Amino acid sequence: MWRMSNGSNPVGMLRNEVDKLFSDFFGPHVGTAESGVRGRAFPALNVWERDNELFVEAEVAGLRNEDLDISVMGNQLVIKGRRADVDEESATYHRRERRVGEFSRAIELPVAVKPEQVQARLSDGVLLITLPKAEAAKPRKVQVTT
Amino acid sequence: MASETMVQKQSEETRPNLETTRGGHVYRPNVDIVEKQDELVVLADIPGVKGAEIDIRFEDGELTIHGPATPRQDGHTRYLLQEYGVGDFYRTFRVSEQIDASRISAEYRDGVLSLHLPKVEAVKPRRINVKTG
Repeated sequence: MWRMSNGSNPVGMLRNEVDKLFSDFFGPHVGTAESGVRGRAFPALNVWERDNELFVEAEVAGLRNEDLDISVMGNQLVIKGRRADVDEESATYHRRERRVGEFSRAIELPVAVKPEQVQARLSDGVLLITLPKAEAAKPRKVQVTT
Repeated sequence: MASETMVQKQSEETRPNLETTRGGHVYRPNVDIVEKQDELVVLADIPGVKGAEIDIRFEDGELTIHGPATPRQDGHTRYLLQEYGVGDFYRTFRVSEQIDASRISAEYRDGVLSLHLPKVEAVKPRRINVKTG
């Protein structure tokens, strides 16, 4: 029976193949600050608005408050974070799809907001950022005089 | 002898019949599967799910994870940017390790499901003393 001398086993080799397939299929692993040119940026965002607020939501499983750094500068919202790598010693990975490491994502806000009133809440791995709009950005009812 | 693929992928693509009765998309969560000496650990990213509603089944060597997720915004929401959808998480694996189903445990925290699948005693590596003499 043929064996690799460096301790690799057939299971590990197969796993590498599978991983390669995954990365071919889903594109390169994104989630680190240096990527973002190719593939999907992390975290993926949904953005919507109400009359007085703008909402930004992201799915960030495994992150806690202390892992996140959210800031608003001008009309830019920056979400930075880090998901710890739980490397198991003396264990074999059969799948390793969950992204770890640092990420940073900046988006341009479509309207002016009040940076000092921005709130973020993390619940079951879902991040919801509430950005109250600046007065000038709120819809205003215009009275029509006759 | 243990088979080479101890855990084989069996994603929903191989099950074209799978549909949800409520309609909507079903998402395949990213997972880590770690084999330790006496257990398999499965970590699955299923954010936005209620812990009590997660359905985990282990039957005939098949592990199924189902995390129901309902939309968090109402159907009329018009997104300025929409990069992901929200829907149930679902994934199935065939596990060829011998698992002690009665001792499977699960925990859900920060959107991550951690599943512990203890191996049955018989398949734990055991050192066998060779008598000489």
